[in-house]
Amino acid sequence: MSRLDIQHGVVEMAHGSGGRVSATLIDELFIRHFDNALLKQGNDSAQFEAPAGRMVMSTDAHVVSPLFFPGGDIGSLSVHGTINDVAMSGAKPLYLSASFILEEGFALAELESIVISMAAASREAGVPVITGDTKVVERGKGDGVFISTTGIGVVPDNVQISGDRAEAGDLILISGYIGDHGTAILSSREGLEFATTIVSDSAALHGLVAAMVEAAPEIHCLRDPTRGGLATTLNELSRQSAVGMQIREADIPVRAEVRGACELLGLDPLYIANEGKLVCICPAQSAEALLNVMQNYPLGSDAAIIGEVVSDNAHLVTMKTRFGGQRVVDWLAGEQLPRIC
Amino acid sequence: MCLAVPARVESLDAAASSAIVNLDGIRKAISTQLLDEVAIGDYVLVHVGYALERIDPDEAEKTLLLFDELKAIEP
Amino acid sequence: MKYVDEFRDGEKARRIAALIEQEVEADRDYRLMEFCGGHTHAIFRFGLHALMPSNLKYVHGPGCPVCVLPAGRIEAAIQLVEAEKLILCTYADLMRVPAGKRDSLHRAKARGADIRMVYSVNDALAIARNNPEQQVVFFAIGFETTTPPTAVAIQIAQAEGLKNFLVYCNHVQTPPAMSHLLASGEVSINGILGPSHVSTIIGSDAYADCCNNHHIPIVIAGFEPLDVMQSTLLLVRQINAGRCEVENQYSRAVTPDGNRKAQALMANVFEQRPLFEWRGLGALPDSAIQIRSEYADFDAEKRFAITDIATADIKGCICPAVLRGLNDPDECKLFATACTPEEPKGACMVSSEGACAAHYSYGRFKSETGA
Repeated sequence: MSRLDIQHGVVEMAHGSGGRVSATLIDELFIRHFDNALLKQGNDSAQFEAPAGRMVMSTDAHVVSPLFFPGGDIGSLSVHGTINDVAMSGAKPLYLSASFILEEGFALAELESIVISMAAASREAGVPVITGDTKVVERGKGDGVFISTTGIGVVPDNVQISGDRAEAGDLILISGYIGDHGTAILSSREGLEFATTIVSDSAALHGLVAAMVEAAPEIHCLRDPTRGGLATTLNELSRQSAVGMQIREADIPVRAEVRGACELLGLDPLYIANEGKLVCICPAQSAEALLNVMQNYPLGSDAAIIGEVVSDNAHLVTMKTRFGGQRVVDWLAGEQLPRIC
Repeated sequence: MCLAVPARVESLDAAASSAIVNLDGIRKAISTQLLDEVAIGDYVLVHVGYALERIDPDEAEKTLLLFDELKAIEP
Repeated sequence: MKYVDEFRDGEKARRIAALIEQEVEADRDYRLMEFCGGHTHAIFRFGLHALMPSNLKYVHGPGCPVCVLPAGRIEAAIQLVEAEKLILCTYADLMRVPAGKRDSLHRAKARGADIRMVYSVNDALAIARNNPEQQVVFFAIGFETTTPPTAVAIQIAQAEGLKNFLVYCNHVQTPPAMSHLLASGEVSINGILGPSHVSTIIGSDAYADCCNNHHIPIVIAGFEPLDVMQSTLLLVRQINAGRCEVENQYSRAVTPDGNRKAQALMANVFEQRPLFEWRGLGALPDSAIQIRSEYADFDAEKRFAITDIATADIKGCICPAVLRGLNDPDECKLFATACTPEEPKGACMVSSEGACAAHYSYGRFKSETGA
């Protein structure tokens, strides 16, 4: 079988044809790097023993521009994103699947570095990619590479985490600094380039979640504030639980550089995406202990209690500003774009 | 209207009429074409990638002092 | 953040508020127009309404460049980019502003038009350099703050012989709009918080005529909350004393003369436009600028013979009245029902500093929670 010319080659239509060329790509790139026994079964599906208990399943499509950004790339992001979605039910993630849509002409060297980064993220997380698929679209009909990943996991018996369980009196925690991922992406976006030491916070949070549910299985809600940022996540949870929320600006961790970038571009850190943070809502009496657990875990070392759940028929999220005022923190309207006025 | 933020001039390229400014760790290249004079260490108001004007530190200080003096006249 | 954080000190704000409370005269109404969207944004974002006495009211002004651009100019830009198959560069603020027939730049982009959002006019220049075979039109909007960078870009294009770079000029001027509002006599106000960043360019003296001719106190006010509050106090004092002058609270960035170099650049590239249509204010003489004939090669209006497109008003939308300070956004029957930030009908709902968007995003706290 012919070898793949990773150094100089590009994705060709034949790589998605299902023929010999496809097989070479799968063997030399995907199986080689993802390297695990279930994937090597080589069937259209991977077979494994089902664990006892409730299972969760989540899927996430990943498109990001640029594909490589400070602190990560689309590969690691596609692993972290789905692991986190599974983990936000309190589950232990077990396996991932991955499907790639490649654009004709995309450099194989870049694809390999994405796959290597994906494999490293999955190995580090202990959640293997056990099945996958690859398709190729004509040049101009894709943006280099799109990756969809699906994850499954199993939830501990005593855990009941759901977005509709927030109750008045609960406290709201965030696991660390907000806005890092979105700021890192903006800094490398064409036309906006600015230099910063901020890197994406892209990370798998299931370890942190495991420690949290062990310490406080009574947690009501967990969610990762990705697109739309903290503001959008809190509004989703408020609506789902039919409650209001009151947060305090002064307690929300935001790095000076993220604030700086936001002032420059007219954006609000509350709406900037995160890929390695979680929002936790728990009964007030559990909050301090939970905060301790989070702060003792590397990915939660800057965790903070940022507000509380209140009863409110309008399901508004309101914020006490650092300045001393009070304002509504609304859903994001459209996409957040840099502004001049 | 007109979002403009104060940022510190960190380096200057006189030939290109450009500067690198720093805003709390964010560094951005901007044009200094609208300014007659600008020096490293100046704070400038940045709007759409241009420095509009330098911030006068003495005037800023005066305004801030006015806020502080308000305490004295409080009943 | 130096020169920002010091001007957002809540404790000092309460001291100024106490002073304003003390100095306002109970039998007088203080109706102060915050001319700029930047002021509107600060008032809402920091909740300044709540700190003011009940007889002091902020009235919104027309100082939001996105809000005052008539729909017809956006429609013309859409027609241009679709008919000529060129690249249209725009500040992102304009993307969602309603043009006629429920259209917008955003929707035109979705249909396939090559519309690119830029942070600076210099990015549009770079796009022109990188695409020599294509025409690149920069959709220039804004008041005197945003005009000098456009002037610089046109000069650069000329110096470089960059023939494929063109500007669709929609720059407007602040003092004429202010004069017009005051001359119309429609809006009852007794003081104006004057533009801050516009004034860095044109200087505080530019408002002297307006102040004298219309006998109204004007305080050039910075955009940080303490700036707005201190300027409010200065206006209260002028009103109480029966004084009427231009004061400059934003002295850290604004001088009486303004930025002479920027003014010279503008004068070199642009000339007065006899008549320009403003959304909300109608056609105002000598209120906008156009590209001088020396730079005609870079003038998209001349190159493509762009003509004005009349667009019908949106039924029920009271943006024109809101822009003139005659109505509050929540007096519009479309507000928060048919017109929301997701599906804006009027321009004031689009820009985050538009009066309606500010009311919607920040102001609902008061009405919906009864606080």
